This record gives sequence, structure tokens and C-alpha cells, in this order.
Amino acid sequence: MLHPSLAAQLRTIVGDAYFRDDQEALIAHSYDGTPMLQALPDAVIYPASTEQVSAIMKALSAYKVPLVSRGSGSNLCGGTVPVQGGVVMVMHRMNRILELDLENLTATVQPGIITADFIHHIESLGLFYPPDPSSMRISTIGGNIAECSGGLRGLKYGTTKDYVIGLEAVLASGEIIRTGGKLMKDVAGYDLTKLLVGSEGTLAVITEATLKLIPPPKSKMTMLAMYRDLYGAARTVSAIIESKIIPATLEFMDNPTIRVVDDFAKLGLPLDMEAILLIEQDGDPETVTRDIEQIRQICMREQADSIQVAATREEAERLLTARRSAFTALARLRPTTILEDATVPRSKIADMVRRINDISAKYNVTIATFGHAGDGNLHPTATTDARDAEEIHRVEQAFEEIFAAALELGGTITGEHGVGMVKAPFLEWKIGASGVSLMKGIKHVFDPDNLLNPGKVFAKESRKRVVIHHD
Amino acid sequence: MTSQANIGKKPQINHTNPLARTLFEKLDYDQLTNCMRCGFCLPACPTFRETGVEPESPRGRIALMKAVADGLMEPDDRFRDQMDHCLGCRACEPVCPADVKYGQLIEQARDAIEDHPVHSIPVKGVRKLFFKGVFPHRKRLKTLGRTLKFYQKSGLQRVARGTGVMRLFPKHLRDMERILPDATGDGVVEQLGTVYPAKGTPIARVALFRGCIMDVMFAGTNVNTVKLLSEAGFEVVIPPEQVCCGALHAHSGEMELARDMARINVRVFKELDVDYIVSNAGGCGALLVEYDHLLHEDEAWKEQAAWFASRVVDISKLLVEHGRLPAFSESAASSTEPVVVTYQDSCHLRNVMRSGTAPRQLISQVANVSFQEMREADRCCGSAGIYNVTQPEMAGQILEHKMENVNATGARYLLTSNPGCLLQMKLGVEQHGCSETMEVKHVVDFLYERMNGRNA
Ligand SMILES: Cc1cc2nc3c(=O)[nH]c(=O)nc-3n(C[C@H](O)[C@H](O)[C@H](O)COP(=O)(O)OP(=O)(O)OC[C@H]3O[C@@H](n4cnc5c(N)ncnc54)[C@H](O)[C@@H]3O)c2cc1C
Ligand code: SF4
Ligand code: SF4
Repeated sequence: MLHPSLAAQLRTIVGDAYFRDDQEALIAHSYDGTPMLQALPDAVIYPASTEQVSAIMKALSAYKVPLVSRGSGSNLCGGTVPVQGGVVMVMHRMNRILELDLENLTATVQPGIITADFIHHIESLGLFYPPDPSSMRISTIGGNIAECSGGLRGLKYGTTKDYVIGLEAVLASGEIIRTGGKLMKDVAGYDLTKLLVGSEGTLAVITEATLKLIPPPKSKMTMLAMYRDLYGAARTVSAIIESKIIPATLEFMDNPTIRVVDDFAKLGLPLDMEAILLIEQDGDPETVTRDIEQIRQICMREQADSIQVAATREEAERLLTARRSAFTALARLRPTTILEDATVPRSKIADMVRRINDISAKYNVTIATFGHAGDGNLHPTATTDARDAEEIHRVEQAFEEIFAAALELGGTITGEHGVGMVKAPFLEWKIGASGVSLMKGIKHVFDPDNLLNPGKVFAKESRKRVVIHHD
Repeated sequence: MTSQANIGKKPQINHTNPLARTLFEKLDYDQLTNCMRCGFCLPACPTFRETGVEPESPRGRIALMKAVADGLMEPDDRFRDQMDHCLGCRACEPVCPADVKYGQLIEQARDAIEDHPVHSIPVKGVRKLFFKGVFPHRKRLKTLGRTLKFYQKSGLQRVARGTGVMRLFPKHLRDMERILPDATGDGVVEQLGTVYPAKGTPIARVALFRGCIMDVMFAGTNVNTVKLLSEAGFEVVIPPEQVCCGALHAHSGEMELARDMARINVRVFKELDVDYIVSNAGGCGALLVEYDHLLHEDEAWKEQAAWFASRVVDISKLLVEHGRLPAFSESAASSTEPVVVTYQDSCHLRNVMRSGTAPRQLISQVANVSFQEMREADRCCGSAGIYNVTQPEMAGQILEHKMENVNATGARYLLTSNPGCLLQMKLGVEQHGCSETMEVKHVVDFLYERMNGRNA
């Protein structure tokens, strides 16, 4: 429970309707998209402006009460679970496009705008904002920035960090800062914009963002290549990049994923394939045709069993649907779906998939793998049941070993979903003890009382590194 | 202050709150855990879209149900209100990756809430009157129809409106009264008998589910349905012993009454041994296709209910997939400008019966029609059974947004596939539309008129 006078202050700042501490509000903000995590906040608040956010922060810091900023709660790392209670601040009311600068090709938006709504608007003006997390119909731009989200177009166009050029944010003290701006070049001091992107709500509350827009590609082609040999698919990925073609999309599905996807979507995919690559190129029509032809030859050289180039946009959509339905299909298998986010250098995709398969066999858990092959970003996904404590334990062990394997192959513990609570124990594996203490130092400067999203990113204790035996 | 939820097996909790105990017993815990809280359902949900707050979303409502079951929360008034606030449109189901049966959860929650009523005396009285006293009884429905007809035809309606007696009722009820169609005591059986032959070689024998309100308020549509079916090659039987489908009861938590009615219907239709059971009301059809689920715990009825459910089909789908389609009036076509037509989905037809394309296909086959899809045609209109009576505020808000999209089409005809939606859309046209230039009709009536070359 909040101190009554703090509650009264918060109520005055936003108005009665936008401060809630009834059971319903608390329960409905006690979770996010992450399985098996839940904790109740003490109150929920819906600010309408930067000034209100600033006033809220001032009040909270006076009482040393923690704050969790929340977009749509679609993150998969426990990022918005209020583990230390306090106030959950929902950004949905701050959802306007403040300015569209068609001369500088920038858009300035409030953080609560839904990503897909923003993208549709931008596209209706003949412009392009490439970051497209699969959750874009629900996620907010603020959440995307805080997690540095990526998507199917990440390989060629980069991720959220490549498009955020200016920010307005409220610090734990309630002070308002501005970083970057519409400038494409700006080296005045440290790059605080980039620092805030991916900071998972632990450094500041983002209240405004200036985003870079680009002209849209003129045309697009889509193809599907199927392999009996996992390494063939993996070599294809490296060969495409080596030949200096950067496809817009280069996605991967392994055999277990193919099976469930086909069972669910009835697309007639061949079930005996070890891997499928979904490849899309966009740009000028001539370049696209040339690239796709070259990619087709690479696929053939690497012994693809069959290659399909979509003749029409509808056919392309059908192929894309196969990949997009991977998550949906897997989610229907068992009650609990744990989707993880390990990333390796793209030359190591096949090794990583092998490792994952071995590990899942070792712990006797079902793990299917799909992901953004072009980025080396894989989503090993366990289908399990939260009610079976023993099985969940094995799943956790398997994931621990998967993260270790990713690091060993020169990769990382998360490519786009953030650290949050779930990966916190593993952060030190990736960046080392000195890396962690440097980051903690940065956090302390921004937020000396640890009020912003406490309990995230930094774990109380790091997990001991497991020893992996290989053959 | 934090508390770690008890996530895992159905927890062993001794709920002291009686409603919490009933919820704990009635809610399907597997479905509650199947929700992985991904939030995919949020943009599909009309109440979330109107309010933008998590508790007004499917994910939020499931979390609330689970919190009660887990003993994390007392089912307070707000909880009851939130369960009532759901339209039951089930737009959240087709978009859910985990295939959570939300419709069943909300029915179970309402069923539990109904076991511990706190309705105010008038609401209780009205509910009892309608749910127990009228809907299940064919004769009383007929009487109600006659009374309503008398009220409308005798001049009493004019008197009531003129003297301002109606002003004693809340605004939304007054509005509803104004758009009510002419009721009748003569339903489809009284008008056509119980068997109606197919034109030409019969393709199949089908039974008409005539509905309760449908047959009092929209008997004409039922008659047209039969004639359209006959024209398309189906022999139609209309068992007179059939009763109300029970949808309004099931959606309001009166599960036992719904099951009673389902058993009667299953028995009556099973005796006929027909190929299809045709419904022309999305709301009824959606419960009829789920009779197997409704009676799945009833060993004696389970099998027959499955027989029944597997035969239920909406008229549009039956016509498109199996019928000999009549020419929808070439004759009326030649001279006039193409007439713009738009279609409002019946949520239950689309999300539960998954038959959203058939009506559109039929409409597009009508000569001289230009079909204009409205934005968010798949979004609930706010009618949702008796939702517009129990939740007038939210229903009104949803309707207003709906009408913006309707008006943007510039349609001459706004077609629907369900009586509730039809009335709601009429109300919408009255309140926020152009009642001089736009007409709301059931798809069947539109098709039937066009088939006969009428350009009404
Ligand atoms: C089905 C599914 C598919 C997904 N696919 C992808 C994908 O393809 N790529 C990808 O990268 N992610 C993906 N995600 C993860 C998730 O959708 C993203 O992380 C998304 O950016 C979260 O947005 P949100 O608005 O829901 O933020 P939330 O989940 O509400 O918050 C995420 C984090 O951002 C912080 N935050 C939110 N708003 C602010 C703000 N204004 N200021 C400061 N901090 C803030 C929160 O504190 C939290 O730490 C997926 C998730 C699901 C459920
Ligand atoms: S889409 Fe399904 S699984 Fe996801 S939150 Fe909604 S009900 Fe739960
Ligand atoms: S049934 Fe309709 S109103 Fe109810 S939660 Fe689902 S989408 Fe929302």
C-alpha cells in the first residue's frame, strides 16, 4: 500500500480516473508476456503528459517508491513485472504523433503509440519505418525503444536503435532531459540516446522520441528454400552474406517447427526437411530480381531440396504466414510456451541448432527452434507445462546450457528481447564482472535510489556458469 | 508490497468467499493456464479498444478470473462488473495463438456469478420474467408478440410516444422501443406450415431453427429464409416443438436453463433425421454449434448433442457451399445505378461459426450491387445479446464508432445476419446516421427481395 498522502498527491497529478489502486487494476498489471512470473504493484497510474510524468517521479522519489513504466506488457523477459511493488505507469494515453517532418524525414512521437498504428500511418504517407517486431500490433514504440526491439527486417535495415535519433526522458529525480534531435550527425558528448535505447526502463522514463524515416523499397520478392541437411541451410546463410547480398529477410525454421507449423496451418510443407529458409529481398525491381536469382543459385549449390519463388504477392504472403505462424503453432502444443532469444554469429547457426537439439534431448524437453537466421538470432522455444515443476526445472537447466552454448560460439544471451528478470542471472556471463559493475555505476548516476524498474537487468546473484561437455 | 502468485497446479485453496469458491469450481483451470499472456488478443477486443485499459481486455479478464481462482483476489463488485462488461463477441478467440477458449471461460464465470446474485430487485424481476417465464415458452412468446403487435397497431404506441409516458423509461430503452420492428403473433409455422418442399430436385432435407425473438419480431425473415432455401433446392422442415436456443441464458450465466433448452432442441431435431439444421441468426447459431460442448458432461446427451452440433450451419454458408443459387434478379439490374451495399458481421457468425465470407459472397453475386466493405466490419456493434440494455454506456460508445465507419461507406443498404445486430444497427442509423437514405436489412430479406426482382 502506498502512503496515503503519496496516493493523494498522485491522484491530484493525474485526476481520479487515472490513478487506481483497486484489486482489479493491481492484478491486471501484475504480469507481462513472460510465462510464470507475477507480482502485484501497489498502484497503477496513467499519465497524459511529460509534465505529469515528471511530477509523478518527483512525488515517488520523495517517498522512495519504485516505478515500472509499461507499454503493452508484451515483453518476454519479465520487464514489466513489478517485483518490488510500487507504481506501474501505463504509457497508453501518451500516444500521439507530435510532428512529422517530411523535409528531414523524421517523426516525433509519444511513447504510448502502438507500433503498428505508427507504421501504418507512416506507410500511408509513402514512407518507411523498418523495425517490425512480430508483436507490433500490440507493442508500443516506448516499449520497442526500451527493449531495442528487432524484427524480420533487422538484417538489412537494422533494429530500433538505428532509427531513434532523439529522446525526451524523465529521470528518477523528475528532471526532464533531451538527447539527440533531428540531426543525422551529432557527437556532442556521450551518446545518451543510444544509451537509453535498450535500457529497459531502468535509467529513465521515455516520454518522447524522434525517429528516422526512410523511403520505402520499390519492390519485393519472396522465396522459400528447403533442406534435408541442416548444414546446407546454414552454409546458405553465410554464403549469401559472403556474396555481399543483404536480403531484407532471412528466416529459419527447424524440423520440429516445420512439423507443428504444417500441422497447424496445413501448408503442405515437406515434413522430412531438416530446415527451411524464408528469404525476402526488396529494393529496385532489377536489383531484386538479380539478387533473388543469385540467392537461388547459392541455395542450389548448397543442395537445397526444393526452392520456391513466390509468383504473386498472395503466394509470398502464404510463405510468410508459414514463418509467422511458428509461434502460434507451437503455443498450441502445450499449456506453457517459453520462447527464448539466443544469438550467435551467423556463421554458427548450424552449430547452434545442433547444440540446442542435443541439449533438448539430454534434458528430455521439447524445444523447437526458429528465428532470424540472417541476424544469427534464434528463438529456441520450449513447449512445456508450468504445473509440472520437475519438467520446468529440466527446461530451465536446458536453457541455461543453451545460453552457455551461445556464448561459447561467440554469441549472446539475448538478441532482441532484453535482459529483464529472466536473463539477469546470465548477464555476467556475457559482459563479465567488470562490465556489470560499470553498468551498475551508470545506473547509479541516473537513478541513485534504484527506483526505476528495480530487480531488472541486474540479478542479486549471477548464475554459476555451467560446465558443458562436448564430444 | 509484493506477492508471488501461486502458479502451477490447480492450487488447493479453501476459498472462504462463496463466489470465489464457485468460480474456483466452475472455471476451467486448464484454459486459464493456457493463456500465456502474450497480449495478441488486445487489439481485437472492442472494450479494450474503447478504453485502452488492461482489465477491459481478454488478457486482463482472464488474469482476473485466474487471480480469483488462485486466491489472489476477492471477487468484488468491480470483478462482477468487469465480467459483465465483456461483450461476449469472442473476437479474441480467432487471434489467440494458444487457442484459449475464452468464450467458455466467460460463460463459466458468469454462471458462477449467477449462483450468487446481487441483482437489484427490478433487474432480478425482469431477468426472471424473461429468462424463465418467457423465452422457454413458445405460447408466451406468441402472446408477447401479439401484445406488442397490439401495442404497435392499436395506436397505443402513438399515444405512448405522444403523451411522453415513454420518458419515464431510461433513454436507451426509449430509443430501443422506437426502432422495434412490427411484432407478430404468427410465426413461420403459422404462415408456412411445418414442411416446405424444395424447388426442383431436392439437394438435401434441412430443418429450420426458427429462434424465439426471430420468430416474433422477424417472422418475415424466417418466412423468406424458408423460401430462399426452397429456391436453392432444399426441402425445409420446421419442427414446431423446438424452443429458444438458450444463448441469452448461457451468456448471462443461466447455464442450467440453457442446458434444459438444448436437450429439448436436440431431441426434437434428432427425431427428424435431417442433413442440416439451418440458422439465420448468428447469435443462436453460435450456441447451437456448441451444444456438444454445452452438454459434454451429460453422458446421456453427449452423443446426440454432437450429432446436432455437427449439422448446424448458417443459411449463407449452406447456400454458398451446397445450394443451387437462384439468380438474384437480373431484371431489376438493367436500368439503375449500382446500389451500394455494406455488411456488418455478426460476431458470433464470424468468430464462432467462422462463416464471415459466405454472406459477402452472396451479396456480391446480386446483380447491380456494389459491395463496399466498411472499416472494421468485423468489430462488434455493441448489441451483444442484451448488452445494449445492461451496459448502455459502453454499447453506445461502441455504436457511435461503428456508425462512423458505416456512414463512410455511403451505403444504401446495411445488411446483417443476426436480429440483435439488426436492431442495434437500426438504432445506430437513427442516432448517428442517415435514416432517410440508408436501410438496415437482414441478408436473407435482401437476397429474397432481389431474387424476386424487387428493387425495394
Ligand atoms: C508474440 C510476441 C512476439 C514478439 N516478437 C518480438 C520480435 O519480433 N522482436 C522483438 O524485439 N521483440 C518481440 N517481442 C517482445 C516484445 O513485444 C517487445 O519487447 C516490445 O518492444 C515490448 O513492447 P511493449 O510496449 O509491450 O513494452 P512492455 O512490455 O510494456 O515494456 C517493455 C520494457 O520497456 C519498458 N518501457 C516501456 N515503456 C517505456 C517508456 N516509455 N520509458 C521507459 N521504459 C519503458 C518497460 O519498463 C519494460 O522494461 C514479442 C513478444 C510477443 C509476446
Ligand atoms: S491471445 Fe490468447 S494467450 Fe494471448 S493473452 Fe490473449 S487469451 Fe492469452
Ligand atoms: S469476447 Fe469480445 S469483448 Fe469479451 S474479451 Fe473477447 S474480444 Fe473482448
